[in-house]
Amino acid sequence: MSRYFIRRTLGAIPLLFGVAVLSFIFMQLAPGGPDALFGRLPRMTDERLAQMRANLGLDDPMIVQFGKWLGNLLTGDLGTSYVQHRPVWHVIWDVFPNTVYLVMAGLFIALILSLLFGVIAAKNPYGLFDNVTAFISYFGLAMPVFWLGLMLQILFAVKLGWLPSAGMHSAGETGVADFLEHLILPAFTIAIGSIATWSRYIRASTIEEINADYVRTARAKGMAEPSILSRHVLRNSLTPFITVVAIDIPLYLTGAVLVETVFSWPGMGRLFFDSLNRRDYPVLMGILMLGAVLIVIGNLVADLIYARLDPRISFE
Amino acid sequence: MSASSAQLQQAAVLAERQAPPRSPARMAFDRLKRSRLAMIGLVIFGVMVILALLSPWIAPYDPKRPDLFNLKASPGADHWLGTDALGRDVLSRLLVGGRYSLGIGVAAALISSLLGLVAGAIAGFQGGVIDGVLMRFVDLMLAFPSIFLLLIIASMLEGISVAGIILFLGLFSWMWLARLVRGEFLSLKRREFAEAARAIGAPGWHIMVRHLLPNAIGVIIVSFTLDIALFMLAEASLSFLGFGVKSGTPTWGNMLSDARTDYLTNPMLAIIPGLTLTIAVLAINFVGDGLRDAFDPRGRAAGRAGK
Repeated sequence: MSRYFIRRTLGAIPLLFGVAVLSFIFMQLAPGGPDALFGRLPRMTDERLAQMRANLGLDDPMIVQFGKWLGNLLTGDLGTSYVQHRPVWHVIWDVFPNTVYLVMAGLFIALILSLLFGVIAAKNPYGLFDNVTAFISYFGLAMPVFWLGLMLQILFAVKLGWLPSAGMHSAGETGVADFLEHLILPAFTIAIGSIATWSRYIRASTIEEINADYVRTARAKGMAEPSILSRHVLRNSLTPFITVVAIDIPLYLTGAVLVETVFSWPGMGRLFFDSLNRRDYPVLMGILMLGAVLIVIGNLVADLIYARLDPRISFE
Repeated sequence: MSASSAQLQQAAVLAERQAPPRSPARMAFDRLKRSRLAMIGLVIFGVMVILALLSPWIAPYDPKRPDLFNLKASPGADHWLGTDALGRDVLSRLLVGGRYSLGIGVAAALISSLLGLVAGAIAGFQGGVIDGVLMRFVDLMLAFPSIFLLLIIASMLEGISVAGIILFLGLFSWMWLARLVRGEFLSLKRREFAEAARAIGAPGWHIMVRHLLPNAIGVIIVSFTLDIALFMLAEASLSFLGFGVKSGTPTWGNMLSDARTDYLTNPMLAIIPGLTLTIAVLAINFVGDGLRDAFDPRGRAAGRAGK
């Protein structure tokens, strides 16, 4: 069992190294860079530019540059933003919590709604509720995420005026209630894909488990229906669910870029979009790598938890 | 007339006896015909393709010509769906845009399916070092959030042509299928019919193409279908953020991007292309799910979660 854990964990290291190599290659391919950026400054002469290149180590052989870059990476130094002239790590860290709030709220909404939809739909397969939620799921998966955001803004912010259309706080407000009001629409938008897939998934696995022998036994011994559901059915049907959640990590990263752009939510996605427009490649690479690390580690953790919950896995 | 009913019945029995054995693809198609959602999807998608193909002749206006006297006109007799911020006819842009959006989706799906098929088939059939290298590369590419990668490259290229975005989406999205096809080939090559073919001295490529491929075709067709929808959504997302097909080209994504500046006051400009795209994707997903069930009636998958 522990051998499986060690093997899986060590297996992630070459993958992370590959992520670093590929990111470095992309960084080298990026046009512009300091040359284009500083070259445009007034009073910039060729000598000073050459000096600057030497200072930044841009004239070293590629392999030396990569070594330095990797060394910096391991100590947590992601370079300096071309635009903000601050360490990339600080630039990202400033907005990182905002994305965490958004994703957490999205996951929370997705979990609650998909459990609710999935279990109720499973109670009466192919009934009215099941068919309606099935259609909503299909629709939720077919919609472009950003378009749902636009539609919710039009409906709830403009037509009904119930919720603010964008931003994280109203001007001059810092209260929690105000923050939550701003959070609802973007969090729901980012969650739509998971609500759609998860509710169908929970429905399918609940139907499967609800007909299992042990459920019939529980029912036969007179156990109340709600506790059959929570103590027996859900416990078993949710185990494989952990991998399903891990698969959705890229979905949330993608969602963060689109949703934060639509709702002007000052998080990592919005930073990514702004950095794209300013060609701030160090920041872009930092976010790209952070995303890749989150995906690799997320998959690893999901595998490990899954193996722990279902011991058959580690004996493959 | 009533006398012939017995004859008809007899003829039907005879016809059934003489009917040639049905191929797996034929059986799958018959199953597909019984799925109501898949048929609805097929009809909607078919109508959209026909309209898109005919768009140069049926579009009432030139989709790129601005009309400065008719900015943001409401839907009416002259412009059925109104005009956009530059006075371009929305219906014409929608029709011609369908040509681009559907075309991009189909062409990119062709490229990614072909790459995924070749990579997966070679990895699964050859095994060994080739398999190891290819699959580690697939693992690596899947570790990156694809839209981040696409956006960064798009920002380097500064304005992509239609052909460019097709190539670009296809080149970065073949990994899932490669993994699936590899798994299929890995298990198929150990089956008796593959062993038998090898025993009578059939060359490797012959076994792959004639014996393994037909048995893996279901996975490929389903993935191809769903990829069309995925790439149409990807085009829309990239264009919406301003890093897709050159602005001015009337794709559905660019229409949404154009609407971004004033959709709060002019919601129709965002609603129309978005709803059209949603319906197209919905139709394709119906067909894809129908195909999945048709090719694999035993296991009804819980839906494709990853992208």
